[in-house]
Amino acid sequence: MTDQANQVPSTPTARMFMALGGMAMLSGFLVVMAYQITKPAIELNQRMAVEKMVFKVIPGATQRREFLATKDGVRPADGGEGIPIHAGYDDQGKLLGIAAKGAAQGYADLVHLLYAYDPACACIRGIEVVKMAETPGLGDKIITNADFQANFKALDVQLNEAGDALAQEIVTVKHGSKQHPWEIDAISGATITSKAVGKALNQSAQALMPLLKPHRALIEQGVTGGKAQ
Amino acid sequence: MSHKIDTRISWDTFLEGLWRENPVFVMMLGMCPTLAVTNSAINALSMGLATTFVLTASGFLVALGRNLIPSQVRIATFIVIIATFVTMVDYAIQAISLTLYNALGAFIQLIVVNCIILGRAEAYASKHRPMKSVVNAAGMGVGFTLALLCLGVVREILGAGSLFGINLFGANYEPWVVMVLPPGGFIVLGGWLLLFEWFKQRKEQRLLVK
Repeated sequence: MTDQANQVPSTPTARMFMALGGMAMLSGFLVVMAYQITKPAIELNQRMAVEKMVFKVIPGATQRREFLATKDGVRPADGGEGIPIHAGYDDQGKLLGIAAKGAAQGYADLVHLLYAYDPACACIRGIEVVKMAETPGLGDKIITNADFQANFKALDVQLNEAGDALAQEIVTVKHGSKQHPWEIDAISGATITSKAVGKALNQSAQALMPLLKPHRALIEQGVTGGKAQ
Repeated sequence: MSHKIDTRISWDTFLEGLWRENPVFVMMLGMCPTLAVTNSAINALSMGLATTFVLTASGFLVALGRNLIPSQVRIATFIVIIATFVTMVDYAIQAISLTLYNALGAFIQLIVVNCIILGRAEAYASKHRPMKSVVNAAGMGVGFTLALLCLGVVREILGAGSLFGINLFGANYEPWVVMVLPPGGFIVLGGWLLLFEWFKQRKEQRLLVK
């Protein structure tokens, strides 16, 4: 730079404000525009992802209905407060299972799960990963490992006698030492992720199962009692 | 200005980023996404395209406003511009595919701090006309995308036995899991750099002989 360049008259403050302010306005306009344009597509994607996953986690289900489980009972989903659950039915409207979400801290980030609860056996019949950031090749074995998936053929979530918590907490145990139906056999090499699955299921089931039990009838009538989605 | 900047747009403006100044293999910029999201070819391609879009769009806007933006606030302005386009890409990818969005994870938002983009804005777009900046940025973007693909293709073939999700070797192939893990990124990047350096040296030696 020459001396001349160093003596450039200082930029008036107003111009700096104008430049930054103007750019911020333009930026705000563009971001809001992008948000508005993509919003319907994103919502559709999310709905489809959940729907696909509900049908995948409840085998045989062809119809589903959303409910909210609250302290005052179970009611059809209306956007209010409560734990959202998805009931899956077969063609005849028979309740096959209830899908609910759970999440717990894994190795990298929260592991978000969707699990299927089967009221007939009071057990968890399957899990699907909604979202996670676990190490590819290690933590993501919870999806691909057949031995691990076998934990969820009938994972016990019976309520205790008082009906306010699970009779047995769901726990993740060391690989190869599963003895009880409420235990999850961890994957060696992916222990932290396996534990996160156990924790997510336990937290969610502890909160949800006591709310569901008194209202099973309503969910079972689901399809005939109202409009299915 | 002491010297006049060439305003003509030539093939070289575009090709610069592809080979001679390839952001990854020559300038060694943007290593974070290069190593992190190239565990499959489709992730590498999407990351490259997203970055190309941000690079081109921000290059255009920076070049357009190059005489209006006071130099004292230029970095802040550039960052606002880049962040805007990254947010737009973020929404666009969510709208296109949630699976892809989840696979790329935090690295979409991290395009904001990709030094290739701020580097281009500061070193090129703020000194050239909009169209020339766009052409140059597109070249850089394509160069970056190709570099990511070079890594992604090798890592997916070795680490998962597939390419773009299509299984190549059948069920008997035992994947080299290390290739889709972070160390695999370093190994493959090292391999490519070695190959390019070897080509370069061989070319130089031939020139010397002549």
